[in-house]
Amino acid sequence: MISLTSPVKTPWHSWPAGLKLGLLCVATMVLFSLENVFLHLAAFAACIGLYSVPGFVFLKVGCKRLVFLWPFLAVIVIWHAVTGTPVEGAVIALRLLTAVGLANLVTMTTRLSDMVEVVKMLLSPLRVLGLKTRPLEIAIALVVRFTPVLAQKGRDLTFAWRARSPKKPKWQIIMPFTLLAIDDAEHVAEALRARGGI
Amino acid sequence: MERNLVMIALFAALIAALGLIPKITLAFGVPITAQSLGVMLCGTVLGSRRGALAVLLFLLLVALGSPLLAGGRGGLGLFVSPTAGFLVGFPIAAFVTGLIVEKWRNAPLTLVAGIAAALGGIVVLYVFGVIGMSITLDKSIAEATALVTAFIPGDILKAAIAGMLTAALAKARPNSVLSRA
Repeated sequence: MISLTSPVKTPWHSWPAGLKLGLLCVATMVLFSLENVFLHLAAFAACIGLYSVPGFVFLKVGCKRLVFLWPFLAVIVIWHAVTGTPVEGAVIALRLLTAVGLANLVTMTTRLSDMVEVVKMLLSPLRVLGLKTRPLEIAIALVVRFTPVLAQKGRDLTFAWRARSPKKPKWQIIMPFTLLAIDDAEHVAEALRARGGI
Repeated sequence: MERNLVMIALFAALIAALGLIPKITLAFGVPITAQSLGVMLCGTVLGSRRGALAVLLFLLLVALGSPLLAGGRGGLGLFVSPTAGFLVGFPIAAFVTGLIVEKWRNAPLTLVAGIAAALGGIVVLYVFGVIGMSITLDKSIAEATALVTAFIPGDILKAAIAGMLTAALAKARPNSVLSRA
């Protein structure tokens, strides 16, 4: 399964996932309570610093992951230029970039399996109470396994459509696509039951 | 038990797979993805509780770092980005959509599912989306609403498609439309 973890090894990879998530929570809360533009500048610089430690390639990938924010940054810039409040605009834009940047950093330096371990740990109190957490673990595995399978079936349907029509398929393939997913679900459920159930 | 679990997991995967379908650009330049159609379908097909669980499972995997959102995005950053409110609203939207389909039984399913998808997937979802945007961009509710109105026509189209699809699925696989089972 593809994940967003960076293949570039960084010092942050070896930190425990739980610690990183805890620090991220604290950092995000602090960012949303600060209003001083210089503190936000410092926080943003620190965030870039964290990305720079592992080297240029890592920094570049990190920047690419922030590109999706540009429409929002454009709105903020235009808005605050028009209303004549550039400092407030800078605070909002910097906060957005730092908060999303730090969160992406945790995602980029933590393997999916380590994240799943944290979830299991957080769920352990439920096990003490007698609730079964195994269904959730199976469900996570099923989604990870079936997303590429369904994506492939979607591509096959698109090819089948293209073989019959000069036009591109639009919403028409969603019906057979959903049917395939439902049929798969019925088969997998039967297979799980046949193997002793959950 | 197994059947419910697998249906929930496969619909979570379906939301992800729908995000991979190339986006359609509306006449006036607003891109729409099929992903929120997946959220609507979770509600109309699986019903309130299972629908919401499927969406929660999908969001859990996104948060853990799987690139399942449209455009191959994922990770924790999305939960503090301006669109975070929409992510928070997704499971509630699916729940409300499912609840309406479960309770309102004396009208044609196409109509019921379409209206349910519109109320859950647009009205409820946008309440959360607008609040999230107003917090992250530090704008008033009215200002944040103005920023998202361009996406509403696309979502109305998706609600209509969700209605038709649900009725068609109920004909093709009556036992699998759990909201009416």
